[in-house]
Amino acid sequence: MIAEIFRRPTKWRITKGLIFKEIDELIIGSLGIVAFLSFFIGAVVTIQTALNLNNPIIPKYLIGFTARQSIILEFSPTFVSIIMAGRMGSYITSSIGTMRVTEQIDALEVMGINPLNYLVFPKLIASLTYPFVIAISMFVGVFGGYVAGSLGGYLAPEEFIKGLQDDFHPFHITYAFIKTFVFGLVLATVPSYYGYYMEGGALEVGKAATKSFVWTSITIIICNYLLTQILLA
Amino acid sequence: MIEIKNLKKSFDGKEVLKGISTHYEPGKTNLIIGQSGSGKTVMLKTLLGVHTPDSGQIFFDGVDFATLDPKEKRNLRTKMGMVFQGSALFDSMDVEENIGFPLKMFTNKSNAEIKDRVQEVIDRVALIDANKKMPSEISGGMQKRVAIARAIVNNPKYLFCDEPNSGLDPKTAILIDELIQEITHEYNITTVINTHDMNSVLQIGEHIVFLKNGKLVWEGNSEEIMKTDNEDIVDFVYSSELLKEIRRFHKNK
Repeated sequence: MIAEIFRRPTKWRITKGLIFKEIDELIIGSLGIVAFLSFFIGAVVTIQTALNLNNPIIPKYLIGFTARQSIILEFSPTFVSIIMAGRMGSYITSSIGTMRVTEQIDALEVMGINPLNYLVFPKLIASLTYPFVIAISMFVGVFGGYVAGSLGGYLAPEEFIKGLQDDFHPFHITYAFIKTFVFGLVLATVPSYYGYYMEGGALEVGKAATKSFVWTSITIIICNYLLTQILLA
Repeated sequence: MIEIKNLKKSFDGKEVLKGISTHYEPGKTNLIIGQSGSGKTVMLKTLLGVHTPDSGQIFFDGVDFATLDPKEKRNLRTKMGMVFQGSALFDSMDVEENIGFPLKMFTNKSNAEIKDRVQEVIDRVALIDANKKMPSEISGGMQKRVAIARAIVNNPKYLFCDEPNSGLDPKTAILIDELIQEITHEYNITTVINTHDMNSVLQIGEHIVFLKNGKLVWEGNSEEIMKTDNEDIVDFVYSSELLKEIRRFHKNK
């Protein structure tokens, strides 16, 4: 399937329009829910950390440090991607699957158009901008932690900022974005596969979307383990 | 003109097309009829190049499709129009965009030229006040008109229709049949229609091929089909009481 996506390309004028449409639908359209989730998860991570680090010999700024590490290393890249497997993945599988059952893909084939290039290539290119979503998630998540920590009286704002800066390794950001880049490709290809190769009718579109969510999540979790082992161990 | 010679196709060892030979002339509505499972759809899809035949040849205006390289096959496909059973309109596009899609994909026409040509075919298929509507907002009959308009917008030499009037009320079905026939005559297109609708057979069957279990068992036109004593045809055509009565009436005349 991957090789076929790049064969017999559609006119660039048309592909360009499709890429922007996919960026709007898949990336820009996800920002609201990602920001909402990230803010509150960031806040909860901070509160939970504060409630569990109640030993007076442990400095308070470690709450900020833990929130940063949790959000940047795992929550934003991995767990937001699993949430995106539900939002983006289901959208991709069901839209391509519906095109399959209503013969729209056959119509493209008969016209001499490569359906995989026409349908999947723009999604693949749009997924390259997926790290932007995760960057927003990281920022908003940390901000959520800052707001919850300081407004809830768990630590002073300066302590939270000190924690954010403490023992900071720029490579952690690189590691997070490498993961995000890989997860973006997984989010575009696995759901496309389940949509494109599905058979049957409307009921099967729903089943394909569920299957796609399960396998996209599994692939993300396995890639997460392998990349962490390779890049951090 | 499409010429088919000894066409065979099997799936999982089961022979679906068993050596079919026929030809389809331009400017005529050519019908493939037969019961479900007789091989009609496989034959249509093989003509379209969706299925590759196991053996046999398909000639498009004398050119053997199998001898063409992939680029030539794609070029030939741009000369084909297809009307799908369920219309297969792109539901993310409005009526105008659906119809203009082949022009956008395969020609270097400007947006203004595309718009003009789209309006021309919209007028030809008599689509009124539907230009900016989405496929879900128009009736089944109108969807079929959009599908026909999309199929002819790029001036095809060959038009394929898979059960074009299925799911339509009898009156709309006849209008769609007549529209296809008019377009076929007007543009001298080689039209192949897959159907099991007897109204279509009698109304527009200028050349009819009857398939049974993957074999061509009868060939003729709508007048001949009324008179034939071929048992398979009689069994298929006169399956309803109304048609049996019509046949008795004709025989007793």
